[in-house]
Order: sequence, then C-alpha cells, then structure tokens
Amino acid sequence: MRTINQFFSKIREINQRYAKPTVEMSRGVKISLAVLRVYLFLLVLLMIYKFITVIKVV
Amino acid sequence: MDFFSVLYYRFKKVWKAVRLYLVVAGPGLVVMIADNDAGGITTYAATGAKYGYHLIWFLLLLIPVAYYVQEMTVRLGAVTKRGHAEAIFESFGAFWGWFSLLDLMIVDWLTLVTEFVGMTAALSIFGVPAWLTVIIVVLLMSILVLNGRYWTWEKIALGFCLLNLIYIPAAFMVNPSISDIVGQGLIPNLPGGLTNELFFLLMANIGTTIAPWMLFFQQSSVVDKGLLEKDIKMGKIDTFIGSIITVAIAVFIVIVTGTLLNGAPIDDAATAAKLLMKTNHYVGAFMAVGLFDAGLLGAICISLASSWAFGEIFGWAHSLNTKVKEAPWFYISFFFTLATAGVVPLIPGAPLVLITLFVQVVAVTLLPAALVFLILLLNDKKTMGEYANTRLQNIVSSTIVVAIIILSTMYGVSALFPNLFQ
Repeated sequence: MRTINQFFSKIREINQRYAKPTVEMSRGVKISLAVLRVYLFLLVLLMIYKFITVIKVV
Repeated sequence: MDFFSVLYYRFKKVWKAVRLYLVVAGPGLVVMIADNDAGGITTYAATGAKYGYHLIWFLLLLIPVAYYVQEMTVRLGAVTKRGHAEAIFESFGAFWGWFSLLDLMIVDWLTLVTEFVGMTAALSIFGVPAWLTVIIVVLLMSILVLNGRYWTWEKIALGFCLLNLIYIPAAFMVNPSISDIVGQGLIPNLPGGLTNELFFLLMANIGTTIAPWMLFFQQSSVVDKGLLEKDIKMGKIDTFIGSIITVAIAVFIVIVTGTLLNGAPIDDAATAAKLLMKTNHYVGAFMAVGLFDAGLLGAICISLASSWAFGEIFGWAHSLNTKVKEAPWFYISFFFTLATAGVVPLIPGAPLVLITLFVQVVAVTLLPAALVFLILLLNDKKTMGEYANTRLQNIVSSTIVVAIIILSTMYGVSALFPNLFQ
C-alpha cells in the first residue's frame, strides 16, 4: 500500500514539475498540437471501431 | 615545403579527424544498424523474394530520409543534454509527455517480443530450443549492460553491428548478375504497377527504416555518451555513415533473396533462411545468423530506449556508466522489459501474429507525434540557439515528416483494414 502511495505521489510530482510547457506557444506550435490531437483522436476512433467489429464477428 | 612534407601534414590532419570520429562514433552507427532488426530483415527478405532487384532504388531513397530524421536527435541531445522523453515532457507538458512515454513503453515491449520471435526462429534452424535462446539472449545482454561503462557497452554493440554485415559476403556467394542489379534495381520503377501488395511492402520498408524507439534511443545515447555541441559535426557524420550502412545491408539482403528466392512466398526471414539452405547451405546459415544478430541488436537498443526514458522522467539514475547499486530502477526496468518480452514466444499458442499487427498500429500512433515534437523542438530557438533548424532544414525535414506521417498512417490503417486499399 505504501509503495502504491509513493508511486502516485511521484506521478503527482512529475505532473507538477511539467505542468507548464516551456516551448514558446507560437501560432505554428498551437496549430501543430491541435492537428495532432485531432489526428490521434480519429486514429483511436478507428481502432475502437475495428475492435467492436472484431468482437461482433467473434 | 617538399612533396613528402605536404603529404605527411595532410595525413596527420586526416588521421586526427579519423581519431576524433572514432571517439564520437557510436550512437548513429548503433541506432542505424539496429534499425535492421528482425522485422526489418523479414521485410527486406520479402521485398527481394517478391520483386527481385526492382525496389533497390526505393531503398536507396531511404538513406536521406533516415539521416535527416535521426541527425535532429543528435543536435537536440548534444544541446539540451536531455533525452527525448524528458524534452517532450519539459517542452510540451505532462499530457503529451505521458502520452509519448506510455506509447513508447507499449510499442517497445511489443517490438521486443517480435525480436525474440525472430531470434528463437533463427536459432531453431540450428536445432537450439526456444527456451535456451531466450536464456542465452538474457545472459548475453546482462553481461553487456552490467559492466558499468557506456564505452564498453557501445564497443560490444558495435561488434554485433559488424556481424550484421554478414549479408554482404552472402550476396557475393549467390553470384548475382551485376547488369541485372544495375538495370532493374537502380532505375526507378514499380514492378506490375502500384498494386495493393506493392504499396504495403513499400510502406513496410519505410516503417522499418524510421521507428519511434530510434528517436528516443539515439537522443538518450548521445546524452549518456556525453556528446557536446562541438561533437555535433562528427555525430552527424556518424549518423550519415550509419544510414548508408543500414540501407546497404538492406540492399544486400534484397540481392540474396532476389537472386535465389525470386517468386517464393516469404512470410518471415527464418523461412527465407530455411529455403536458402536448400539452395546454398552457407548462405542460408548466414541469413539465420544475421537474423539472430539483428534481433539481438534490436533488443539491446529497444530495451535501453525504454529504461532511459523512464529514468529521465522518474528521476532515477539512468546511465550505463552507473553500477546496479547506483541505478537499481534503471536496471530493474531494463530486465523486466527484457524478461517479460522473452517469455511471450515460449507461451504455447501466443498470439504472435496479433502482436506483430499491434506493433504496426501502435507505432503509427507514436511516430507522427514523436516526429512533430522533434521538428517543433528543433525550431525552439530559445533552447537550440544556433543549432535550431535552418529554413532549408525545415523544408527538407518537414517534407520527409509529412510523407512519413501520411504513409505510416496508411500502413497502420491498412494493417487494421487489409481490404481498404484494394
């Protein structure tokens, strides 16, 4: 239990340490990150769709 | 000055540059040659068997692609003194950091399983049981990393890289027609038109040339080796030589299977080795030894890439220059990844085909993100200073990255939906 608590407190510490991105958020960076989010979201949707269709066949 | 004095002066100058290169050389060579891992060898063997010498030109095009992507990690590592995972966390925040780290962990572990599958299949040709292969590999890698020095690890890894050149004598032993190689292989052509099968194989060749773990591995390796800004030039040369060697090895594999197995159905490199043995015992044996070596090199680099990344983020000591007592979590994560992946091929009925499919799909989710981050990081003038991407570098690298993203996405999607592009 103590180890699990230590692990989660370490995760919280990491999240706090890297809470603020240091890269300059120019328009190009913002657009790139937004496009990346959409791309990954669509990819995950595609994988979920594939998973559901495979489950249906089984 | 007389002629001999000038000659001596020039020789000393060149020798000094060579010695400097030998000190800096390592990360670029190791990552590039390890790029020809078990999956890579299978892809090249299948390419040669299916299309003969016709796609050699395409492999040659991959030299600049591999170089331009990987050289950026040299600059980033030497300037920031941080690994790729830490650079993403710090520059883009915890969300993108965790996404990259967890994705890397999954894709590395799955790829490591495929390396073990390749190694066990390769040594089974010589009658070595799979369980013994796994034990040999784990012991060999323990010796490699537990010596407590990055330098020693790197030189031994370079020795395994040298063994990867075994495909060169193999290619000469099959007496290929040089005129056919030049005539068919060096002139860009798409044999039989752009069919679904050819397209899938072209994408597989790209996918095996640029992998997410390579970015993480080379940057962490540059940092662990302690390369500085002044070493960037030599680091780039190292990467360039590595990219030439990796593609050269791929070409020689294509020549071997293109000469002896043209038209034969090849699903994996071990099958190619068995078929080659029927035609030429030594060439088949070389193919099997090369496959084992490729899997071993891949396993060495992939397991280290994960351990370095975790060490950077969790704040553990994470250097090959540290002893086990000084960096216990670094070595525990290394052996945990290695041992759990090694056990999978030993499980009867393990879903190995599904795992291979997953490697392709999960890699597609990480690769575009890692490449986009790489370009953005290299454009952060505040951090990179004079080593930031120039306009020309941005045009070249962005073109390559966009092409890789499109093709790798199509590769991943076609792995999920095989009939989509028919």
